[in-house]
Amino acid sequence: MRYLIIGNSAAAIGAVEGIREIDKVGSICLISDEMYHTYSRPLISYYLQGKTDKDKMKYRDSDFYEKNSCQPMLGDTAVKIDHKKGNVILESKNKVAYDKLLIATGSRAFIPPIDGLKNVKKKFTFMKFDDVLALEKELTQDSRVLIMGAGLIGLKCAEGIYGRVKSIDVVDLAPRILSSILDDEGAQIIKNRICDKINFKLGAKVDKFNHNLAYLSDGTIQEFDILIIAVGVRPNIEIFANCGGVVDKGIVTNEKQETSITNIYAAGDVCESYDSSCDSRRILAILPNAYAQGRVAGINMAGGSISNKDSLPINALGLFGTHMVTAGSYAGDSFADTKHGYKRLFIKDGILRGYIIIDHIDKAGIYTALIRDKAPLSSDDFNLIRVSPSLAAFSDAYRLRILSGSDNNI
Amino acid sequence: MKRVYVNEQWCLGCRLCEYHCAFANSKESDMVKALKDKKIHPNIRVESKGNINFAVSCRHCEDPLCVRGCITGALQRVNGLITVDKDRCVHCYTCIVCCPYGAISPSEDGAIQKCELCIKNNNGIPACVKGCINQAIVYEER
Repeated sequence: MRYLIIGNSAAAIGAVEGIREIDKVGSICLISDEMYHTYSRPLISYYLQGKTDKDKMKYRDSDFYEKNSCQPMLGDTAVKIDHKKGNVILESKNKVAYDKLLIATGSRAFIPPIDGLKNVKKKFTFMKFDDVLALEKELTQDSRVLIMGAGLIGLKCAEGIYGRVKSIDVVDLAPRILSSILDDEGAQIIKNRICDKINFKLGAKVDKFNHNLAYLSDGTIQEFDILIIAVGVRPNIEIFANCGGVVDKGIVTNEKQETSITNIYAAGDVCESYDSSCDSRRILAILPNAYAQGRVAGINMAGGSISNKDSLPINALGLFGTHMVTAGSYAGDSFADTKHGYKRLFIKDGILRGYIIIDHIDKAGIYTALIRDKAPLSSDDFNLIRVSPSLAAFSDAYRLRILSGSDNNI
Repeated sequence: MKRVYVNEQWCLGCRLCEYHCAFANSKESDMVKALKDKKIHPNIRVESKGNINFAVSCRHCEDPLCVRGCITGALQRVNGLITVDKDRCVHCYTCIVCCPYGAISPSEDGAIQKCELCIKNNNGIPACVKGCINQAIVYEER
């Protein structure tokens, strides 16, 4: 069996490990336009802070490809899939044949169409290792940095460059920071803690650029030396869409990560997920989800049978020393606890659907499990875990199974 | 493989396991020195429901959500043991969000800590089990 994977990040690695759970001998080939050993994309901000280095950023050990008998083809780009013949054509004109193909092409930074943007000299996105190397070359203690986007990428970038530049301004159209994961109250808490380090312009957008001047929708003009664009990501669907595959918000797959084209699978940021916390399909561009989907794809590509029914949005984020974790969807009634940092739990139809926790994140995974399992919570159980999550919220049978091994398949 | 299993009908909720765990991972040779007047951060923690007590520590899952979710590769499954390379941990705590049992926590230095069955501190059998006075936790194959 010849497995071909387009991609070399979390979903691709999950697929390699999934394939090797089943098939120890088939050939595996990975194609990536990046020249690097598989590395963890979210670590690029830690790299700028000096909290990790090129070697420690490796997502898997240095002997990963060797150990898993796979051949990485780095520095080449897959440009076309010929699914009738079962091969992929690369930019180098090479053709690679496959029996099973995985699209794990991830996502890229969205570049909004703004007047004058093309004349901004020093502009960067913040997703790949090459992005951070290019940005780092330009950073000086005199740099005034303007970041478009107060989401996870924008703020982790701000944290990464803090202390290495003169000033950091963040502009976002949303009225609050981290708008995809925090509610108003949580966002305000975080903002209050970091507003001495970052100047925020919220509820505003850049209308146009004139070289190093940004004209904002609130009428102000922002001068900057370096621009970072972090307003969102777009899935790299083109190679699949161009060969006639079904694409909606991202590549559409079934629970086995199979696409509409036989023998082609997709996983990670490039495809949609079924978010069980709100019963809808959406793109969940987060690393744990990419790995999980990749592994499911790999197992199925190798002839196993496994379904990926539940993907959940989960986020864990440290920002200037504050830790926050979130999961699920923010629907239904909510219960806040502000005695210990900030916690808000969302309950609908007697089931925990989501949470936001700042500071006291201990055992948060128990809440995540309650969301994932859609465990019905009696009001007694809920009162038990409202302040502090505990296995006590689960049934006696579940607890015995987990702790006493009455079911040996932990 | 051998795991720490709980006989909850025998658990008194005395929390001795927590102290033995904290001592075993303290790098101190004297228990008093290791624990006296200190807030302990054990890898096993006693919880209760009504009058039932049970000690919770890493289950060393065959299908570990923490390892799958780890963004750095710091968490790995090696011969069934879920182990952490603290040097590669960037303190993001994604694993804490993923672990369904609440068995991973931040350590004092920020990196995560979890039960590694006393493999790294050369205890042979887990210190919590050795120190349990009632066999409410045992180290065995099931």
